[in-house]
Amino acid sequence: MKRIKTIETRDLKKTVKTGGCGECQTSCQSACKTSCGVANQQCEKCSEK
Amino acid sequence: MIHQYKLNGYNIVLDPASGSVHSVDDLAYNIIEMFPSHNREEIVASMLEKYGSDSSITEQEINDCIDDVDELKAQGKLFSEDKYENLAFDFKNRNTVVKALCLHIAHTCNLNCEYCFASQGKYNGERALMSFEVGKRAIDFLIENSGSRVNLEVDFFGGEPLMNFDVVKQIVAYARSIEKQHNKNFRFTLTTNGMLVDDEVIEFANKECHNVVLSLDGRKEVHDRLRKTINGKGSYDIIVPKFQDFVKKRGNRGYYVRGTFTHNNTDFTNDIFHMADLGFTELSMEPVVCAPNDPYALTYEDLPVLFEQYEILAKDMLRREKEGKPITFYHYMIDLTAGPCIYKRVSGCGSGTEYMAVTPWGELFPCHQFVGDPKYSLGNIFDGVTNHEVQNEFKLCNAYARPDCRDCWAKLYCSGGCAANSYHATGSVTGVYKYGCELFKKRIECAIMMKVAQSEEQ
Repeated sequence: MKRIKTIETRDLKKTVKTGGCGECQTSCQSACKTSCGVANQQCEKCSEK
Repeated sequence: MIHQYKLNGYNIVLDPASGSVHSVDDLAYNIIEMFPSHNREEIVASMLEKYGSDSSITEQEINDCIDDVDELKAQGKLFSEDKYENLAFDFKNRNTVVKALCLHIAHTCNLNCEYCFASQGKYNGERALMSFEVGKRAIDFLIENSGSRVNLEVDFFGGEPLMNFDVVKQIVAYARSIEKQHNKNFRFTLTTNGMLVDDEVIEFANKECHNVVLSLDGRKEVHDRLRKTINGKGSYDIIVPKFQDFVKKRGNRGYYVRGTFTHNNTDFTNDIFHMADLGFTELSMEPVVCAPNDPYALTYEDLPVLFEQYEILAKDMLRREKEGKPITFYHYMIDLTAGPCIYKRVSGCGSGTEYMAVTPWGELFPCHQFVGDPKYSLGNIFDGVTNHEVQNEFKLCNAYARPDCRDCWAKLYCSGGCAANSYHATGSVTGVYKYGCELFKKRIECAIMMKVAQSEEQ
């Protein structure tokens, strides 16, 4: 597309079927301890690949 | 719902329900803005008027761009519908396992930091050290309640955990001795103020700890103003050389140098840059959590300054990366291709269900920030969770639990935010800590802008 560049992302809709294994960290675990979100968490399954 | 914003010369469009990110030019940006509430003819007419002086933007060009927007919509990458709320409903009945415990190894501290949410380590209670017996039982409790999950996280937290270092070592040795037979892998984190870091601590942590969190607020005058020793002196000169030695010997193992910024240092990027100047590259800097009438509390007048600071940080990090000297900022770590699945994004941090804090005497709380509040006592590691009413409150605490979040583009990035911050700001764990939301949204915008910038570089 000439005017729109789509950055590669994980399709969240597909993860309704593939996600939910629960092996990921709890979000507040490492460096924040006061203002966590989930966006910067890593998918444990994806990182194994 | 989409979210569009301009930052650092980029026009960025997010489609939160699919997780898609688009970098667009001005014409596409304007077309996307009009798209949900105008038909093609209206958009074309408006764009011709707006770009009338630009001969490169013809009616054909505008129509082609609208076709592209249509195509992205059809592919589910733009204006896609959020159909996840029913997943949130199912969370009520889900079986959760405990993945992580925050062990309050020491409810005492050798610093007297003015802003400490744990009231100088005591959490509004008595000074106490966790015994090995309690720590051992906590490890057993975690294994018993973790189902088939392999990776189990344990934080050594306080107060200052190194004031009870012998028990830390005993707990780690115990966990290591039984992890294989239970098919578990323990990942330990040590959070320390640095005062008691020595060669033995460094060697131990580098062998056993997946991560260490080293508390430093940045510039000497900033750090020393609030992070004082019991004698009222600044702690910067004592801890910085220890942290430098620690990190040097850590090799490629995980660590964060973590600071807190307050109303006193709204120019906190200078503190982050100072950390970088000291040789630290893995950095985290958090807004202070305190009562609004505390003298160092962040104010609404500070917000525009903080927004600007987050932008300065993002741009400078891109510059450093280009120069081959990158730094990591915890809140700008975002993996667009291997980030969290939708279940994680909806269910949130896991406090009270997957993650709990354990006091020195074995009482369970939903997280470290609720420790000391009797209303939120969940039970204990000997009898398990007995306060199911509170646990259910946390089970339901997710991206769709707060009416105020319904129309927010960021809810699948924050999953409704920090329950403790909500509680302290509004009196309810499903309230909304609006100040925190503003900062969070800005950080996500910056983090995604950096990804866009990096992809443009490629």
